[in-house]
Amino acid sequence: MRAFTYERPADVASAMKAASQPGASFIAGGTNLLDLMKIDVEQPTHLVDISRLPLREVGETADGGLRIGALVSNTDLAADQRVRQRYPVLAMALLNGASGQLRNQATAAGNLLQRTRCPYFYDVAMPCNKRQPGSGCAALAGFNRMHAILGASQACIAVHPSDMAVAMAALRAEIEVQTPAGLSRKVPIAELHRLPGQNPERDTTLARGELITAILLPPPPAGRQTYRKVRDRASYAFALVSVAAIVDTADGKIRDARLALGGVAHKPWVPKEAERELVGAAADAGSYEAAARAATREARTYPHNEFKVPLTERLVARTLSDLATGG
Amino acid sequence: MTSSPHTITRRVLGIASVVTAMFGRELQAQSMPSSSRNGPAKSDVRLTVNGQTHDLALDPRTSLLDALRDHLGLAGTKKGCDHGQCGACTVLVNGVRLNACLSLAVAREGDSIVTIEGLAADGKLHPLQEAFVKHDGFQCGYCTPGQICSAVGMLDEIQRGVPSAVGDLAAAPQASSVEIRERMSGNICRCSAYPNIVAAIMETQGKTEGRAG
Amino acid sequence: MAQVIGQAIDRIDGRAKVTGAAAYAADNRAERMAFGSIVTATIACGHVTSIDANAARRMPGVLLVMTHGNAPKQAPFQAKADDRHARPKPQLASDKVEYFGQPVALVVAETAETARAAASAIVVTYEKAEGAFVLESASGAAYNPGKGPTGAPSDSKLGDFDKAFADASVKIDAIYKTPYQAHAMMEPHASLASWQDGKLTVTSSLQLVESAHKSIADTLKLEPDKVEVISEYVGGGFGGKLPVFGDAILAALAARELNRPVRVALTRQQMFHVTTHRPASIQRVRLGAERDGTLSAIAHQSLAQSARADEFAEPIVFSTRSLYAAPNRMTSQRIAALDLPVADSMRAPGEAIGLLAVEQAMDELAVRLDMDPLELRLRNEPKEDPEKKVPFSTRALVPCLQEGARRFGWDKRQARPGQVRDGNWLLGMGVAAAIRGNFLREAEARVTMESERHAVVEMDMTDIGTGSYTVFAQIAAELLDLPVENIKVKLGHSSYPDTPGSGGSFGASSCGAALHDACTKLKAKLAKGEGAQGLSVTGSVKPGDDYKRYSQYAYGAHFAEVGIEQTTGEVRLRRMLGVFAAGRILNPKTAHSQLIGGMIWGLGSALHEDAVLDPRLGAFVTQDLVHYHVPVHADVPQVEAVLLDEFDAHANVLGSKGVGELGICGAGAAVANAVYNACGARVRDYPITLDKVLPALTRRQG
Repeated sequence: MRAFTYERPADVASAMKAASQPGASFIAGGTNLLDLMKIDVEQPTHLVDISRLPLREVGETADGGLRIGALVSNTDLAADQRVRQRYPVLAMALLNGASGQLRNQATAAGNLLQRTRCPYFYDVAMPCNKRQPGSGCAALAGFNRMHAILGASQACIAVHPSDMAVAMAALRAEIEVQTPAGLSRKVPIAELHRLPGQNPERDTTLARGELITAILLPPPPAGRQTYRKVRDRASYAFALVSVAAIVDTADGKIRDARLALGGVAHKPWVPKEAERELVGAAADAGSYEAAARAATREARTYPHNEFKVPLTERLVARTLSDLATGG
Repeated sequence: MTSSPHTITRRVLGIASVVTAMFGRELQAQSMPSSSRNGPAKSDVRLTVNGQTHDLALDPRTSLLDALRDHLGLAGTKKGCDHGQCGACTVLVNGVRLNACLSLAVAREGDSIVTIEGLAADGKLHPLQEAFVKHDGFQCGYCTPGQICSAVGMLDEIQRGVPSAVGDLAAAPQASSVEIRERMSGNICRCSAYPNIVAAIMETQGKTEGRAG
Repeated sequence: MAQVIGQAIDRIDGRAKVTGAAAYAADNRAERMAFGSIVTATIACGHVTSIDANAARRMPGVLLVMTHGNAPKQAPFQAKADDRHARPKPQLASDKVEYFGQPVALVVAETAETARAAASAIVVTYEKAEGAFVLESASGAAYNPGKGPTGAPSDSKLGDFDKAFADASVKIDAIYKTPYQAHAMMEPHASLASWQDGKLTVTSSLQLVESAHKSIADTLKLEPDKVEVISEYVGGGFGGKLPVFGDAILAALAARELNRPVRVALTRQQMFHVTTHRPASIQRVRLGAERDGTLSAIAHQSLAQSARADEFAEPIVFSTRSLYAAPNRMTSQRIAALDLPVADSMRAPGEAIGLLAVEQAMDELAVRLDMDPLELRLRNEPKEDPEKKVPFSTRALVPCLQEGARRFGWDKRQARPGQVRDGNWLLGMGVAAAIRGNFLREAEARVTMESERHAVVEMDMTDIGTGSYTVFAQIAAELLDLPVENIKVKLGHSSYPDTPGSGGSFGASSCGAALHDACTKLKAKLAKGEGAQGLSVTGSVKPGDDYKRYSQYAYGAHFAEVGIEQTTGEVRLRRMLGVFAAGRILNPKTAHSQLIGGMIWGLGSALHEDAVLDPRLGAFVTQDLVHYHVPVHADVPQVEAVLLDEFDAHANVLGSKGVGELGICGAGAAVANAVYNACGARVRDYPITLDKVLPALTRRQG
């Protein structure tokens, strides 16, 4: 770990100021940042500890949604009765991520900003465009079993590792961001994370020095919600594929459907075409299978991850079917 | 939480070595960021561990884990991976279980920390410690302090109604074997004493585990 | 004399372990201790052309940068030796890089943080050479490694396999693959070295103190009495702490250089390359049988990786020679030298992966015969060792299979796959046999009376979680007729009597027999009226020729039930039972723990573990516990081990056999066979991850 200086500002304004210096980075839970600093993947020279800023509240918004403070721990968010009752997809996603210890320490905003677990990103001796632009993507012709099947580029086929963010994408959350100029702006979650394109070193659209202060959930959508994660062991493993699904059915028809996929792309992936096909369609296996196929229509696979296409399709169809039948 | 980490990474990119001809490319090593001539300044930290207060001057890079082990002599908390992947370093911070390896010591100023050394009171073992011995909930013993501290925190989470991935979100969780296994999955035991660990934890809850055959 | 041996007493070191008082290598500190951090090679094959350590040296607090340019001269490496783990292990000896992750520099600093940062700041440039990294491509370069460590030849032949196989009514001819695996013990390798008056003390994490003592002394060209090696608590070994690694040697060199204690610990990531691993294997199994299931022909051939830097022959086929009857048989093992990190023993080297192949092949044969796989095994029970043609010292495979079947409810198993469902899960059961060679090694033990009623046992043996401390206390307590709490057991110091250490499941029996001898002699002296206070006797054991006159193995039978999620192909264990017979059990509690631990390793080898090699880099890309999966709590529902009564009079005076490795042997095959029984997926390329199961599910559902 490279040397850094450390400060713990007392309020948001001081934190923003402290973070304006070159090489500064915010740290809260630190579960991913310290992890990466120890192996020199991240090398901040100044840490601004925001973990004690008053951003730990989950509050109700005027429109009937929730405002989740950036520093609410993953455990507290999953345990919140309002989240459990109105946004079970989010509670389930959180509880399927990481370990009890990590969920206690990791924050909501930190979870959104965690970086890929591509093994080549994690070893500074190996090429990785995300870590060192221009060095090449070792996963492309290397070990790519965990990697993206949607929206990747020749520069990077890494996936975003978060479960929570996938549920938030299905819930159409908004991210409240404080800018260094002291302004507040809102970013739809779909626009927070980027696809790699030619700049995989950039995970998000946040500008330097910007701070996530809260995550806003719109009022709970009608219908049933679930999160289903497929992984190589029964717990404590990143997703091969996961799906967050919210489906509202009435009179044998699908009134509304919202989907997001994890483990398949550089960001939580919302299969828009699949959602469009579902709305208004008959609530039956044919519709679910068609939607599942639509979700992977643009898929591109690599030697070790071909299985993710049938896996995604089967998982999406099954999850939709289970939701519609109350299973 | 990081502010646009990519810009930071690019600015001070330093690779430990240069690999030539890998993938037909060269990885160019760049120079280190110039560190201050006096080295990293020490930060004063007051840590409260097992009820005792300690004033330390630490390199800000010192993890809570290394502070406990190498500065306070509390080596019961173990380093298995140093990356939050094994749970051997689990301690209780303000009553909540955390991976000590992923906390900076300087960030724990004012917190109340309990380690494995702080569980037994006046020489009398904590019920979980007793149960681990009785059920042989370990072999090499290296993950054991983390398993026990994690179990203390985990049972408290169940008490407080914190849900898990295997329970019903609408119901109060129970300390069933299925729940315990899921909730303890952040504590790896390579000796694989898992069934005995679960039996030990269950016993402290007045329960017994079923058998395979 | 009260019976203490065989009682399920709690570990005598249990309290130390649950309170955090047990001090493992890196838990030790010393006055003025400095911290070392190792820099490892980022190429697999070639030379170091330059090392720029200027930035590192400029960092305040950096005390030493050691490279091949300034490392003290050490004894040269030896390719062959009687004890491979006692050979010199010179570090930073030249500019040559023989594997990815090889140590190329050491930085020592005042603090751990500075040492680590300075190590990262060292810029090493290399000239890369071509290397060979892929086992599948290396079959042309495969060679016969000669006799194994027990003297067994690489090849065996009996009868006419080719003819019998050609004539067989029912045949199996299948290729199985097992991946690279990592020991991944929880305690990373670490050493603390200090010098006083020309004498070196190394506190390290080791399985074999005697071997390490010789290795360290010889490497540094020191007289044996100038080196003390200490390893009182070891956080798991599984074979991965048989050798001495760079942490110990570099700490010793740096401590001498700086004249102050130095601690060097490997990072979790470094362990995957700096230390050893289980080699990948490709195995061909051919079985020929009559219609009634009687085997007429058995062939087992293996190819495994060996490091070019240090040969190791994984003894994959040896146990196949003793497992089932058949008049016509052949086995052969070959290795291929690759430019990879060093392969060496990992829990049950040979059987652990050999049985993944053979015991799955037996299941395949049973399917082809339309026969219960348990019945197939019963039908091929030999009356004597089928190749050595000597009697078995004991052999309880049949009782293990029968008792296990009864307890597990094997009669409820459906023969055809896909018949049993629980919601969206397909359920299946599998069975496999366990066999593991039993060995006795030369050992010494000293027992000293501290008072009329208190004794101290001393050996350089280690307790790596096996329960050594406890079983030795039991042996001494019973023989000296003292309460267990009156026995102090002191292990893990090279100054104590020599033992073979912890490895190959021979530790408890070998050391226990030596201790038995010491206690017996001590008792005789006491009986003659010698005063107890201070009376000290050293006992010993040497293997006789019983291992030649008898076929000595421990046996068992594994039963597994798995569920396959029929949409996703996720494979999860539901329950597992092992029934074992391993001679006299010295402590059923600790033996049970070792056995279930081994079974869960078998589960991991079947479903999870895979150290993935990038053949372009010659490096493992799975370098931590995120990417190298071992089972976690949630993967392990009910797992039970049952021990049958046995006493092997030909094994040793205690009648005991090793149990540390028996549990893994065959366990993974039982899981693999259960996967087939659940859903019809026959996966011969371990581990059985869902991507390999999905095609069968897709086929089933049309």
